[in-house]
Amino acid sequence: MQSLEKEAMTLQIHEIYIKATPEVIWDALTAPEWTVKYGHRALHEFQLSPGGKYRVKANQQMRSIGLPEVIIDGEVIEAHPPRRLVHTFRFLFSAANQAEGFTRVTWEIEPQQSGFCRLTVTHDLAGAPIMASSTAGKYNGQGGGGWAWILSDLKTLLETGKPLAD
Amino acid sequence: MFNEDQVFKALADTSRRFLLDLLFRRDGQTLTALESELAMSRFGVMKHLRVLEEAGLVVTRREGREKLHFLNAVPIRLIHDRWIDKYTERQVAALVDLKSSLESKKCSPSRKKP
Repeated sequence: MQSLEKEAMTLQIHEIYIKATPEVIWDALTAPEWTVKYGHRALHEFQLSPGGKYRVKANQQMRSIGLPEVIIDGEVIEAHPPRRLVHTFRFLFSAANQAEGFTRVTWEIEPQQSGFCRLTVTHDLAGAPIMASSTAGKYNGQGGGGWAWILSDLKTLLETGKPLAD
Repeated sequence: MFNEDQVFKALADTSRRFLLDLLFRRDGQTLTALESELAMSRFGVMKHLRVLEEAGLVVTRREGREKLHFLNAVPIRLIHDRWIDKYTERQVAALVDLKSSLESKKCSPSRKKP
């Protein structure tokens, strides 16, 4: 019982309802040209099959403040377009981030009534407290911004055609 | 579905805000754990959790025999982006306007000339 709760504490679950088809949401999450349009505006590359590479590349602004070319890496575990994607996820911003190692992110897209989908991000952050504080964090205008901020921006982009902070 | 009225209503209660704070401090708690922090019946806590869940502020996951409650901050973020940002931005814009008018050594608000 004790260990069960301890394990659960490292999970972060974020849910959002977006008025878009599962295919559009899937593309927004996995197609590089979409991933630069919301959130941190960095290019995400997925090789969408088990064992495939996952990389996020720093944008120009990130490179100008000294971040490495690849800021996040991981591996695809499951890819079932347009409903479910599981991949590992590691920050490479700093040596401390890198030392925390890989965490696990699960994306689920479930169609609801009247054209909405529920998008759920479940992030298992076991052993990664530094990353956990970033992903639970708020947007601070200086690069910080966790899942809630990214998902809110994604919803605005898909529903209005424009992201929040342009 | 995201319903602003439901979110505001869910937030308009001290006990429910306290439950959110508990989950913020420690995510993924059981009803029993949450109940021990409130001077309220188990049924009362369940009712509040249901309101939070219906508003999307709490999501639950079953782990074996336990039902764990997690904070979902996304609806609060949406309200922030829709309501808070908008008004604070205006305040910031007004301050910027004041600053530039003071710096241009005029005591009247800056006016755009065609």
